[in-house]
Amino acid sequence: MGTQRLQQLFRNKKENLLSIYITAGYPEKDAMPKLIKLLADKGVDFIEAGMPYSDPLADGPTIQHSSSVALKNGMNLSLYFKQIAQVRLEVNLPILFMGYFNQILKTDIDKFLQQCEIAGIDGLIIPDLSPEIYQNRYQDIFKKYDLGLVFLISPTTSNKRIQLIDELSSGFIYVVSSSATTGKTGGFGQEHLQYFKKIKAMPLKNPTIIGFGIDLADKYKTACRYANGAIIGSAFIKALNHENYLKTASDFVKRIKKTAL
Amino acid sequence: MKYEVDQLGFYGRYGGAFIPELLHKNIAELQEQYLQIMNTQDFKRQFNRLLCDYVGRPSPLYFAKRLSEKFQTKIYLKREDLNHTGSHKINNTIGQILLAKHLGKTRIIAETGAGQHGVATATVAALAGLECVVYMGEKDIERQAPNVARMKMLGATVKPATSGSKTLKDATNEAIRDWINHPDDTYYIIGSVVGPHPYPDMVARFQSVISEEMMQQLAAQTGRDYPDRIIACIGGGSNAAGAYYHFLDNDKVELVSVEAGGLGIDSGHSAATSVLGTDGVIHASLTKLMQDKDGQIIEPYSISAGLDYPGIGPLHAHLISSGRTKVLTANDDEAVKAGYELTRLEGIIPALESAHALAALPKIKFKPGEITVVNLSGRGDKDLATYLKYLND
Ligand SMILES: Cc1ncc(COP(=O)(O)O)c(C=O)c1O
Repeated sequence: MGTQRLQQLFRNKKENLLSIYITAGYPEKDAMPKLIKLLADKGVDFIEAGMPYSDPLADGPTIQHSSSVALKNGMNLSLYFKQIAQVRLEVNLPILFMGYFNQILKTDIDKFLQQCEIAGIDGLIIPDLSPEIYQNRYQDIFKKYDLGLVFLISPTTSNKRIQLIDELSSGFIYVVSSSATTGKTGGFGQEHLQYFKKIKAMPLKNPTIIGFGIDLADKYKTACRYANGAIIGSAFIKALNHENYLKTASDFVKRIKKTAL
Repeated sequence: MKYEVDQLGFYGRYGGAFIPELLHKNIAELQEQYLQIMNTQDFKRQFNRLLCDYVGRPSPLYFAKRLSEKFQTKIYLKREDLNHTGSHKINNTIGQILLAKHLGKTRIIAETGAGQHGVATATVAALAGLECVVYMGEKDIERQAPNVARMKMLGATVKPATSGSKTLKDATNEAIRDWINHPDDTYYIIGSVVGPHPYPDMVARFQSVISEEMMQQLAAQTGRDYPDRIIACIGGGSNAAGAYYHFLDNDKVELVSVEAGGLGIDSGHSAATSVLGTDGVIHASLTKLMQDKDGQIIEPYSISAGLDYPGIGPLHAHLISSGRTKVLTANDDEAVKAGYELTRLEGIIPALESAHALAALPKIKFKPGEITVVNLSGRGDKDLATYLKYLND
């Protein structure tokens, strides 16, 4: 199914796509299937399902914290795949694995990608797998599987590299909003808009989704003007109240949808 | 050179640059330029002059007579402890600060474990008149207090790393995140032969002055320009890489790397990476590291903050897996004992890290007439509080 579900989504909907990042195992061990189901019901378009990692280099304090809580709650890879497989029976929206390359390497790349396919994962976001290393070392393995692979671009990525990344990506391109780890707050300035405009004007084969630091309905709305949609991560994690996280999750999505659209 | 890094930064299957795209521009800039800059006559002249006039190089190669008598062999100590700031770390920071200046960077960041690299970085930042931020694990801030004070006096900001084990690994994560958040003005001075390509190769080259001097000093003192054996401790592996560098292709030289066994290899409190580790990515480099079956990094333990690291540099992973280096481990108590022994026999208080290298001596069978060099990577002033706890044992 993998890439097909992603392709179908992007074929049918070209603007205002909303994706939510969750940390598996946060705020409680069994939260992920419930959250995914709820988010699907509330009209979220696709899910970035983060497998918590001990050393998440690209993440700011919020996701570092949710990751360490999730690991303490007992989240691990086999449980992660089990929960994805479970919720996959109930929802049809695309679900992407987000995690660090070492988790894949240690499991064994083939075995890991097989498990993704079996569980019903549609694509992968691996922030520390660089296009060069992928191309030179791992492309042949990944190509065997029907899974989207999403590479990131940042404000410092050259146009030539963006073209390379567009070639290697399948699913969409993850446009990192600013030169920062996840969860940086503050509005978009001129330099952000210039960068978004530049990306929008480029003839790319993949859809673009803006993420990192999308914390307000306002920023989500702006992002959607320049890309096919946006991903909200840290702001969503922060909004989750331990005691009634499903309610707070639902309120959060409603708020974003209402003010943005 | 058999053990050189390839185009993508790999030593055999180890190394590379597993970096988020956010770091690509800065890493690519370094990859493209480091050798070019380091090899200019101008750079070499400045580097060598500072090593000589500022650091106090060459560091002596000292024949340790009483230690030799005890082990019935010939033991020389390469005295990196006598460098300005007290360890080998400054060889690398001098090189990298010149590089940072050359690239026009104005803000310096670093990670530190024992605080020796932090002090060495704060020192060269002061020398160059640049702003300096050093990340240090909260636990290390406590156990290496004298070095924290020195960094502050030197004008650096010391930022505590409060995640994970609150030691070197976490400080390195924070430094990398800082760099992601400051892509324009900042240069990251890594303190060991770890991290993404080109750092492992770059740091090894700056530290190679140790083995270069060793060759000349051995020739003058023993009539032969290589020893039978070199012993060095490895945290990330920079002092070892520097001590081995010019001898890597000389198979007559046995290379012995000593890892920190902590409370014992099987105790669950250890930092013996090559024994306990498997292949994986840490700090953007594919190497051997301590991890669980899901690839979650396991928090290491050692009495020595500078060896308390769950990985090793990719060069060392390659040297070990190809059989070029031999690995021994020294536990906390063995290291402390070896530290006291050197102090009482030779009047030299070694850093706890270096004491691990010395603790390998009783584990080696020496042949008559053999020459062994121990790389004495640093001095023990910073470790007095820890040593004194054992004074009456
Ligand atoms: C004196 C001394 N020796 C050794 C080390 C370990 O580092 P490396 O393995 O990079 O030489 C340190 C690190 O802090 C140190 O301070």
